[in-house]
Amino acid sequence: MFRVVKRTDLTKKQSVSFRLIAILGALLTTGIFIWFLGFNPLQIYISMLDGSFGSMYRFKEAIIQTIPLVVTSLGISVAFRMKFWNIGAEGQIIMGAFAASYFALYWSNLPIGVLLPLMFAASVVAGGIWALIPAFFKAQFGTNETLFTLMMNYIAQKLIIYIQYGLWKDPKALGAGKIAMFTDNAALPEVFGIHIGWIITILLVVLMYIFINRTKRGYEIQVIGESENTARYAGMNVKKIILTSMLLSGALCGIVGMFQVSGVNHTLSYQVANGVGFTAIITTWLAGLSAPVIVIVCFLFAVLQQGGTFIQTAFSIHASVAQLVQGMILFFVLGSEFFIQYKLVLNNKADSIIKKEAV
Amino acid sequence: MNNEVYIKIENLTKTFGPVIANNNICLEVNKGEIHAILGENGSGKSTLMNMLSGIYTPDSGVIYIKGKHVSLKTPKDSMSMGIGMIHQHFKLVEVLTAKENIIAGQKGSFFVGSKKLSEKIRKISEKFGLTIDPDKKIYNMSVGEKQTVEIVKVIYRGAEILILDEPTAVLTPQETESLFNILRKMKQAGSSIIIITHKLNEVMEISDRITVLRKGETIATVNKEDTNATELTNLMVGRAVDLSINRIEKKNNEIILNVENLTVVDDEKVKALDNISFKLATGEILGVAGVAGSGQKELCEAIAGLYPITSGKIEYKEENIVGKNPRDIIKMGISMSFIPEDRLGMGLVASMGMVDNMLLKEYQNQKGIFIEKKAAKDLSNKLIKKLEISTPGVYHPVRQLSGGNIQKVLLGREIESNPHLLITAYPVRGLDINSSYTIYDLLNEQKEKGVGILYIGEDLDVLIELCDRILVICNGKITGIAQATKVNKEQLGLMMAGEDMTTVMGVGA
Amino acid sequence: MNFISILTFVLTGAVTAGTPLLFATLGEIITEKVGQLNLGVEGMMLMGAVIGFSAALSTGNPAVGVLAGMIAGGCGALIFAFLTITLRANQIVSGLSLTIFGTGFSSFVGQKMAGQSLPESVRNSFIPVKIPLLGDVPVLGDALFNQNILVYSGYVIAILLAIYLLKTRIGLNLRTVGENPGSADTAGINVSLYKYVHILLGGALCGIGGAYMSLVTVPSWQDGVTGGRGWIAVALVIFVTWNPYKAMLGAYFFGALSILGLYLQSYLPIPQSIFDMLPYLATIIVLIVISLKKSKENRPPKALGEPYFREER
Repeated sequence: MFRVVKRTDLTKKQSVSFRLIAILGALLTTGIFIWFLGFNPLQIYISMLDGSFGSMYRFKEAIIQTIPLVVTSLGISVAFRMKFWNIGAEGQIIMGAFAASYFALYWSNLPIGVLLPLMFAASVVAGGIWALIPAFFKAQFGTNETLFTLMMNYIAQKLIIYIQYGLWKDPKALGAGKIAMFTDNAALPEVFGIHIGWIITILLVVLMYIFINRTKRGYEIQVIGESENTARYAGMNVKKIILTSMLLSGALCGIVGMFQVSGVNHTLSYQVANGVGFTAIITTWLAGLSAPVIVIVCFLFAVLQQGGTFIQTAFSIHASVAQLVQGMILFFVLGSEFFIQYKLVLNNKADSIIKKEAV
Repeated sequence: MNNEVYIKIENLTKTFGPVIANNNICLEVNKGEIHAILGENGSGKSTLMNMLSGIYTPDSGVIYIKGKHVSLKTPKDSMSMGIGMIHQHFKLVEVLTAKENIIAGQKGSFFVGSKKLSEKIRKISEKFGLTIDPDKKIYNMSVGEKQTVEIVKVIYRGAEILILDEPTAVLTPQETESLFNILRKMKQAGSSIIIITHKLNEVMEISDRITVLRKGETIATVNKEDTNATELTNLMVGRAVDLSINRIEKKNNEIILNVENLTVVDDEKVKALDNISFKLATGEILGVAGVAGSGQKELCEAIAGLYPITSGKIEYKEENIVGKNPRDIIKMGISMSFIPEDRLGMGLVASMGMVDNMLLKEYQNQKGIFIEKKAAKDLSNKLIKKLEISTPGVYHPVRQLSGGNIQKVLLGREIESNPHLLITAYPVRGLDINSSYTIYDLLNEQKEKGVGILYIGEDLDVLIELCDRILVICNGKITGIAQATKVNKEQLGLMMAGEDMTTVMGVGA
Repeated sequence: MNFISILTFVLTGAVTAGTPLLFATLGEIITEKVGQLNLGVEGMMLMGAVIGFSAALSTGNPAVGVLAGMIAGGCGALIFAFLTITLRANQIVSGLSLTIFGTGFSSFVGQKMAGQSLPESVRNSFIPVKIPLLGDVPVLGDALFNQNILVYSGYVIAILLAIYLLKTRIGLNLRTVGENPGSADTAGINVSLYKYVHILLGGALCGIGGAYMSLVTVPSWQDGVTGGRGWIAVALVIFVTWNPYKAMLGAYFFGALSILGLYLQSYLPIPQSIFDMLPYLATIIVLIVISLKKSKENRPPKALGEPYFREER
């Protein structure tokens, strides 16, 4: 028999390699699944890579997919550090997009230099408020934030459906429920062929790293995540910190909404978040909540996603295969934590003595 | 005396990672014997008993029960061999009744509503003079009642060998006495009883033989008749120790803390502190005695600004601090350190290193939005030297340090903040004798500097020796404040159980 | 339509629409009672929905469909159980991962069946069957006893589960595990086994809930067919204080909310999507209300969400 013993001797290098092995395991398992469906998994994985690296255009597409994932993950990481399980990023993105779209559609005669900052600010406020509502109830009454934030996703989505098919329906789109395309002065300018959001993203990553590791508030957030009692004991105003941090978390997600409508879609639809809010939960967790690592993980996930879309046309396999791989990776990495913390030891000593005596 | 050997242990070894908790332990326990296992915290008593009760699996070594070689892999194996363990922290489900707790996991009828079961439980308890209401919910019970349920539970499950882990830690002296009577009855009925403790007087009172453990090894097994408390201590610690604590005379008598008619209510609207008043002077150690959960935690938190106050006032240096926030109270020079049962619940951040933990109380005095860690690092190094804290490094998570070192980190930080009023609850909880004395010395050092100290303790002997006065609290009410030199343990025990000091010590005491 | 017929219509619809919620809620109750917080309900429902649908589609046998849904839900639960019990992973994250995985799994497997409808043989198996006498009671008779076979199974399972949890020895052991696994362990109860069995059972119930959506509610394949009902079920568990009897009331109440829109739409000038928000809004209100009042009884199992390892020190 084996018994479980806590590890004390694992180096950083080893624990990273454990996680890499887990990811390989996940790819292998999904590969077997794909193989059962009658496809060659190696071919599919290679095509998925081809989907992101096959041409400059595809690479840019992958970067465009990385941007919303990174910024949303940054937002979620702030909440997760406090053990505030914000799974409402999807809704916060939608509301950010909604607020930005309002200015894009109804104040479109403003000059671009005024309109874009206005849209940006609006998305920050809207995303922040959408996160602040559950945070308020959590801080005040201890209301379960996981379910609350999730329900807020559905409400945001239904709201946009209503607007898309009702209030803001573009009369020119005839019967279809569509919102009009933005004018050019509501579009984010491009740098090297990708909307300027990528520069803001890099900036946000650096700022977030400094915020968590070098500022007092970052320190407070870490203490609260460990123990609210300890935080109160040290004289921290826990409620205030939860509220402001959630405001920040939601605001970052709101910015994503603005990036998507202004930099990518140039219109608003209820599918604007497109599951980014959920995928970002995975990337944030996998990255261990660390801002620099988030960038790497998000890029890998964007490659997966981009690859998924690509093979849909190439092999007529549904793009959701990417989601499947992501879920599988998560399972394996979660499972690998066990082997990072514990090791199995053969329980031979005690057993062998007993066996001897039994004979 | 019946000399049938019930338990025989040979060369049992158990390691946790690099730590050897038990090393080649040998032990023999007879039928109809009360056998005490004596040792300091960390000497491996609990590990040994957990192996007997099937919670830990030994790395090597053999166990014989009634002459039969056994392998105890699960608690179930152990139970089927007639071993029943009563843990220090009761293993009871609060929302269930006594009966439900007792029959959980046992074989029997598919439905569990029947009256017969209650009857059976009553009969078993009466056999040993235990009184128990099978249909009472655990959360409505006192500590003593809960312990009775635990005892009935293991008897119901057919235990002939009873292991009690620090059973008196949470009892008043009177409750302890009645527990001992029950144990004597069971011994007469032929059970063997193993009692784990570090209280010498109890060992001398109840046991027939004593096995002393030190640093995971068996040091000696002695008959009670052939030994005495001093010898046992020396065996336990490994060298001659002086067990007396210095009490420094207090010098000045300025009132630093004045609590008047303080009342607080908890979540269930029960008064956790009920109209309590007391004064604390500079250079004085005021002890607080009471059964666990009598309001000690609420008192600490109320003064530190962490617990909402219903009525009354708390004056610190003649200023009412009720309604001030914890941050301001810290800045005024009040320091509170509370060591909860898990040691890490409040005061320290388990996953952070010493440096970040030093910052906890100090960072708010820093200017600007950025945090500066240099001073905290210096302080960490200073404490490591001064208090002989053993840690792999200042950034090593405090969670992984030993209990004694964790407490040194916490208390060291509090003292370094140069408080005028130091509130400390259970600072020696789980520490070995040496470390405990280091802590007492630290407290006395502070007292000499003129710091007012509110000391919440468990061990009545220590309270009597260390403190100037002792405040006794029962169900949130003060039952008396006695001069430490004029009170004894029995009197404190009665007051802890709710008797008023005037009836216990006579009028004018 | 007069008032009675409106009431009958709404109540009947409430029970029908509430049944998948009931199954999922019961599944999560039994999971939480044994001390595990599985946030993968939505994922397990979707797995049950897609596998149940595809099994019914290919065999034409409704029983096979339901059974396949159960097994699929159980498989999802098995992943969760293995991660959280054997590998000691964080329960919240593992549950979320299961939902993400289940969502991906159902879209992937379901892509080829998009828009396809179930054969007559299956659909006819789920038409309402009136129970004699009981079914003749006005209003309630129609609402409760003129329903399809799965609705009836819902009643039976809820009642059996309540008896199992509250009156039997195994139920007592199960509650002990959820409240204080250490105590259960020393009482000789196999903690891991109890957890595994009941998590799987819970997953199977969630699987039926999902299969109900794809086989009965929408008898054709629709991506994301459960529409967040799994999450509502998680909230319902708290709302009904872990009590299977109350779970019926809670589930049917939410069922009523979800069909109210269909009916009132023709009377009030409020668009469908606003009505669609009702169940989610109601869930939020429920969450707030339960966080406001705290009682000594009716609390979550004490060890909910906490891992248990015997040798941890």
